[in-house]
Amino acid sequence: MTELTCIVCPKGCRLKVDEENGFAVTGASCPRGTAYGKKELTAPTRTVTSTVAIEGALHSRLPVKTSQEIDRALVKEAVAALKNVQVKAPVSTGDVILENVLGTGTDFIATKTMGRI
Amino acid sequence: MNYDIVVIGGGPAGLAAAVSAWDSGARSVLILERDKELGGILNQCIHNGFGLHYFKEELTGPEYAGRFIELLQQTGVDVKLDTMVLHITDKKEIHAVNTVDGYMIIHAKAIILAMGCRERTRGAIGIPGDRPAGIFTAGTAQRYVNMEGYLCGKRVVVLGSGDIGLIMARRMTLEGAEVLACVELMPYSNGLNRNIVQCLNDYGIPLYLSHTITKIEGKRRVERVIVSKVDENRRPIPGTEMEFNCDTVLLSVGLIPENELTREAGITIDPRTNGAVVFENMETSLSGVFACGNVVHVHDLVDFVSAESAKAGASAAAYLSRNTDGPAVEVKNGNGIGYTVPQKLRLENIEKFTELYFRARQVYGESALVLSCGGKEVLRLHRERMAPGEMEKIILPKAKLAGLTGELTLSVEEETL
Repeated sequence: MTELTCIVCPKGCRLKVDEENGFAVTGASCPRGTAYGKKELTAPTRTVTSTVAIEGALHSRLPVKTSQEIDRALVKEAVAALKNVQVKAPVSTGDVILENVLGTGTDFIATKTMGRI
Repeated sequence: MNYDIVVIGGGPAGLAAAVSAWDSGARSVLILERDKELGGILNQCIHNGFGLHYFKEELTGPEYAGRFIELLQQTGVDVKLDTMVLHITDKKEIHAVNTVDGYMIIHAKAIILAMGCRERTRGAIGIPGDRPAGIFTAGTAQRYVNMEGYLCGKRVVVLGSGDIGLIMARRMTLEGAEVLACVELMPYSNGLNRNIVQCLNDYGIPLYLSHTITKIEGKRRVERVIVSKVDENRRPIPGTEMEFNCDTVLLSVGLIPENELTREAGITIDPRTNGAVVFENMETSLSGVFACGNVVHVHDLVDFVSAESAKAGASAAAYLSRNTDGPAVEVKNGNGIGYTVPQKLRLENIEKFTELYFRARQVYGESALVLSCGGKEVLRLHRERMAPGEMEKIILPKAKLAGLTGELTLSVEEETL
């Protein structure tokens, strides 16, 4: 039995996951929490948010996120992969900034619309 | 210059208030924003976790702001960016300045205060020691790294475990800095549990509860900090000192509503929240001046700011056509309650129900929330758990409030099992 704090939403339910019993989850107040409890102990994932350099916009950084959650163990490497990415304004929310991050099939996408100034 | 409604601040509160005022029929609405873009603090909050309540999906800060900016663009609300409001008068004149219009006086029929809050600094908490470079509020460091592209340090100690501190501990780590510790004065964190898990635990950053920084040392730049354990009265315990060699201290030690304009206009401030005292419709003590979001009380979630601000926007629009004055009952703190918002209820203005937000003064397990009036119980609700870090809400149905006069008291009764 492992105790976890659910991170799906700000409520932060305290979950108990029974590894010996098919990773049965108790303590969650929604189905997403139940799914999280099982996944956290079998194949934990995270959405990664970071920034890339942008030219010609109001600020020098463009915020990005992974379009889906990726393996938790790859988070640091995924952020490092953005280091040399340089984009030019204009950019729209949802634009793909880096495709197929570390071969995960997930893209980094822009989370802000930044016009050219 | 004349407008029916002027919204001061173009962050999440101002955006939601302006959209709501427009949707409620107001057709002469202006937002004044001091930054060069709308969105306020959300622009630097690049992490996700916003919008689960309001949009029923998980968004990053810039995406959440973007949704509201799109909604605003579908209205005829005017926006002046890069514009600083200098004064508000009790006649609802707004003195503001920018580089296009120069100094202007705007006459408004209603004003919505949505200026948000500021971070407490080292000066506010009085940390002893040297005064070198390398001491930042967490939000300042966040703006540097996420918008301007500067990482403000390599070896970091975070003081305070509020959400911004936790988020920045992760952010600095991902950008290559080493976060040595997160130090919290209280025996519990004021941040969300999910942030302790995904920002500290995921990266092996230790959280020291009941500890504080008792000395900062460094000639030009921070060189080390001394961290001590504190007793139950939050006083450092001699002999418990730990030394951390670091170049940066990030402070996440609380937020203060930014109410210079409010005070100057003579609007009544609640010393419990440092925000304006508001009625059920978010109107302040000055008729026709409304307030919403973190300028009223510091919220945990932007979703709740949006909901509160939508209420203020609709109320301001309604104010243009009818007077909302009337007798009010005051809500007082009882046992275990830190504050309530609104602080005053004009029962005639409540349609079906009204919401009462509050914070508990300490951590409670199984307990009952009791609302009473003149010694009589009006409402009793069960809570499994409450903590000062988690804003609570109760719904007050109009039927329960009918005929009440004088003062209401909200209090916590612990249930022993």
